[in-house]
Amino acid sequence: MIPGVDGFMYPNEVELQWSVLIVLYPYITGLVAGAFILASLERVFNVAAVRPTYRLALLTALAFLLVAPLPLQLHLGHPERSLEMYLTPHTSSAMAMFGFVYLWYLTVVLLLEIWLEYRTEIVGLAQSTRGLKRWIYRALTLGSYDVSPAARRMDEKVGYAVTVIGVPSAFLLHGYVGFIFGSVKANPWWSTPLMPVVFLFSAMVSGIAAVMVLYVVCMKLRKTAIDMRCLDTIARYLFYTFVIDFTLEMLDLIHRTYESDESFRSLDFMVHTRLLFSHVILQIFLGTLVPLFLLAANQLWRYTEGTRKAMYMTAGALTLVGIFAMRWNVVIGGQLFSKSFLGYTSYKMQLASREGLVAAVLLMILPFVIFFVLVKLLPPWQGGKAHEA
Amino acid sequence: MVVRRLFRDSAHLVRPALVLVACMALFLVVRSAIIPKAFGQYGHYRPGALDLVRQHPIAFAGQDTCVMCHDDQATVRAAGKHAHVACEACHGPLAQHADDPAAHVPKLPDVADLCRRCHEKDAAKPRNFPQVATAEHSSGMACNTCHQPHNPHL
Repeated sequence: MIPGVDGFMYPNEVELQWSVLIVLYPYITGLVAGAFILASLERVFNVAAVRPTYRLALLTALAFLLVAPLPLQLHLGHPERSLEMYLTPHTSSAMAMFGFVYLWYLTVVLLLEIWLEYRTEIVGLAQSTRGLKRWIYRALTLGSYDVSPAARRMDEKVGYAVTVIGVPSAFLLHGYVGFIFGSVKANPWWSTPLMPVVFLFSAMVSGIAAVMVLYVVCMKLRKTAIDMRCLDTIARYLFYTFVIDFTLEMLDLIHRTYESDESFRSLDFMVHTRLLFSHVILQIFLGTLVPLFLLAANQLWRYTEGTRKAMYMTAGALTLVGIFAMRWNVVIGGQLFSKSFLGYTSYKMQLASREGLVAAVLLMILPFVIFFVLVKLLPPWQGGKAHEA
Repeated sequence: MVVRRLFRDSAHLVRPALVLVACMALFLVVRSAIIPKAFGQYGHYRPGALDLVRQHPIAFAGQDTCVMCHDDQATVRAAGKHAHVACEACHGPLAQHADDPAAHVPKLPDVADLCRRCHEKDAAKPRNFPQVATAEHSSGMACNTCHQPHNPHL
């Protein structure tokens, strides 16, 4: 008997090949896509109430996007080899194509949009600061100090166009992550065309929840009043997106149950045993039903400001845990059962190894460090007036 | 007039475009410098990789080489069910032994471990493939006490 294995496993299934780092990768990418979608609400869909979080959402997306490939590179062991996909890309490789989607999203969408949004401040700071900071801001101006009203109007138009392009790009970025799993036809836990769509909506849910929590925490730290109209609006959009996400996940579940193909008994057993805590308790109950209830209650009844804040924060935090559990259940769950459907293995996370808990925790802290630096460099607080549609 | 104003107001947008173009140009230069010239000649790989593979020391002598000296064992094996199992599948890579039999004398494989690699009972194996639960079957006795490995009849 092999420890941790029940029933029959093929030899190459006993040890999991994709570790907690591969759980982090879709989680972080999802936060990027979701945060950007929230930013686009104000810019493209004219939801002026969420303006206070527009810049915060962009900086959140950038901080997480810069970290997104790191879990994969750490998992590879030879991070330098990841550059091969840019140098000699193979068109049949989804991973290689993702490299270009990532670069497109980073440079043409996110960096450009942030630059256009912050140009007035960057030019001002390039003229008012001293020393190293002055050089940094001067470099960020790219040599252009024209912030005349006419030039800013042009920025507005181009920024709008970039956001319009950015929305499908964000969809592509995270839809791809779902595609990577959904296209593994040998694995019935992953192989469903719904996977990219489910990933996309769960990304939107996690990104919106992350920005909502970050906004409240930042305001608390700065001892500044929270714009309740903004918070209520974000919570409302979080609720809408969550309803769609939950519906899609349930659709997938009902479809699997009704179809009951040869893998169903095995997967069903796994959900009721090894994945009971992470799937049923964490993902479905604590991470979905409880936040959905809290958000729905706010749509039906009126609460005091303090109660609303507490409810939103609880819903946001639980949502983030729930979406992480969803990524965990997809990545780790998909490797726990044998393709013979006759046995199950278990995942024992290492502690201080290249793919262990410490590495995962550090990788989750890193975006917040980058976010802190970005906020110091490009303060999102003096957001100015809403964008003209 | 309108066009001139449009150019003036959007002049600053040329700069990020130039940065992007410069980065792309740099990437193309680095790419052409790094990628081996013959890349893709035979497929999506570097032809020089084939030479590198060829430089690896040869580990396996090959069936024909073994039979040149051990034809008695080869004859026994050819009559049994292991006829299509290559010598080095059980005895390990022996190119060095073939080059200099006196200097490199191979050890006999540990049958207790060797046989069960293929014949341990396993639900995933075809039903007609000979397989036993070794712990119950032999009670620790070496397989070749009863079975002849080169022609495994009783």
